[in-house]
Amino acid sequence: MSQVASLSAVEVAYPGRGTVLGPFDLALTEGEIVALVGPSGCGKSTALRLLAGLEQPTAGTVTRTPERGQTAVVFQAPTLMPWADARTNVALPLELAGMAKVKARDQAQEALRAVGLENAIGSKPAQLSGGMAMRVSLARALVTRPRLLLLDEPFAALDEITRRNLADDIHRLWDQTRPAVVFVTHNVEEAAYMAQRVVVMSANPGKIAGQTTIDAPLPRPPGFRTSEVFRNAAEAVSHDLAKAMGQIQ
Amino acid sequence: MSRTLETLAPILLVAVLLGLWETACYLTGVPAYFLPAPSAVAAAMAQDWALLLASAWKTLSTALLALAFASLIACSLALIISTNRLLEKAVQPLAVALQVTPVVAIAPQVVIWAGLAHPDRAIISLAVIVAFFPIFSGALTGLKSTDPDLERLFDLYGATPWQRLLRLRIPSATPFVLEGHKVAGGLAVIGAVVAEFVAGSGGSQGLAWRILESSNRLQTAKTFAAVIVLSLMGALLHAVLQASEQAILRRFRGR
Repeated sequence: MSQVASLSAVEVAYPGRGTVLGPFDLALTEGEIVALVGPSGCGKSTALRLLAGLEQPTAGTVTRTPERGQTAVVFQAPTLMPWADARTNVALPLELAGMAKVKARDQAQEALRAVGLENAIGSKPAQLSGGMAMRVSLARALVTRPRLLLLDEPFAALDEITRRNLADDIHRLWDQTRPAVVFVTHNVEEAAYMAQRVVVMSANPGKIAGQTTIDAPLPRPPGFRTSEVFRNAAEAVSHDLAKAMGQIQ
Repeated sequence: MSRTLETLAPILLVAVLLGLWETACYLTGVPAYFLPAPSAVAAAMAQDWALLLASAWKTLSTALLALAFASLIACSLALIISTNRLLEKAVQPLAVALQVTPVVAIAPQVVIWAGLAHPDRAIISLAVIVAFFPIFSGALTGLKSTDPDLERLFDLYGATPWQRLLRLRIPSATPFVLEGHKVAGGLAVIGAVVAEFVAGSGGSQGLAWRILESSNRLQTAKTFAAVIVLSLMGALLHAVLQASEQAILRRFRGR
């Protein structure tokens, strides 16, 4: 598998706050789902912005093979344009890249159908539930068929049922084009369910405190949440997190 | 408290106050040039309604024209200076100075510049100056109030400055611009009336001229009648602008 992006010994420092991240290393191979877990302020989102090219490191190297438009980000909030309907929101990346409006909106319609929102094509964000708005955001991220998909706590504001449904939807959609995915979360179980590899980070500054590989098929088979593999993985991640937070040695 | 009572409460209060006023005028025998009774004001309105309506339309049309000019100038300027921080820093103090300078203070000079034979030009210019700031301020704030995550998204997808302006900044500014127009509408009427007062000639036959004319002749009931029409006109304009704002925002946000 070829490498899609990597962070090599990167450090990020802000004036007045000192170093918030690093030295930090992370390599992503094609079709891999990696979860970043850690306490608040450990630099998870900063690492994500580095991978997206939205921020530059103070030291170290960021390597990204996807061209412009082949990286997509889903933020914690759906981040939709409130004045535009779902289809226009999803078509945005294509239209910004210069695609003809009609073609872009046709593809947006397809992307919305893929996330189960064919009936909400003309709805504006205020008319959608939190889960539906997040699906629109996901459709917008996937409409460009990205090689690198960055998810920054996309489930943070959703209820448990919606989170579980959306997690399975992300796996199903990932399976169609198999982009490299980085999934940032606070939730240990969510990380163990979503990813093939979970990287636990410690704070001040953000560094790798542990890694767990989960050897189970993706998308997850029914009943995976009650399986021994899942339980063991969640336990290992939980142990790394407790270490990262100084709760155990 | 029932809804009907809540709706009726202000009407009842006005009715009671008018009743007290009417009774006080009757009992004290105060001269009509000092304080006319409400019935005398109503009679003056009934007698001069055609003239008052024509004058109201004159003032209102001046205010609306000024609002249109102010909107055009303020939005264009806000768009231009929002693209350049240095330009914004340079213009901001001048805009604030214009806002805090009372229109009465500069009106006589504007009347001279516009030409004494053209009071209408001076009146519109002064109303434009008064209406300019809320629209400019609203538009500039709106253009700079975009969602930072949406800005990042536009960065990520390599949007050009033109795409960013048309597809993100201008739509984000819309609610602020509408609010600015609502405030500016009321101010444009005030600006037009103040300018009519300062112009002080029969060359402009707006409501301020009706007030001046009747006041000079000690026809206080007619003065009151003109003031009431002016207030009603201002309230009506505010209500129309508010309803338009709400209707546009409902369409804009989808609810």
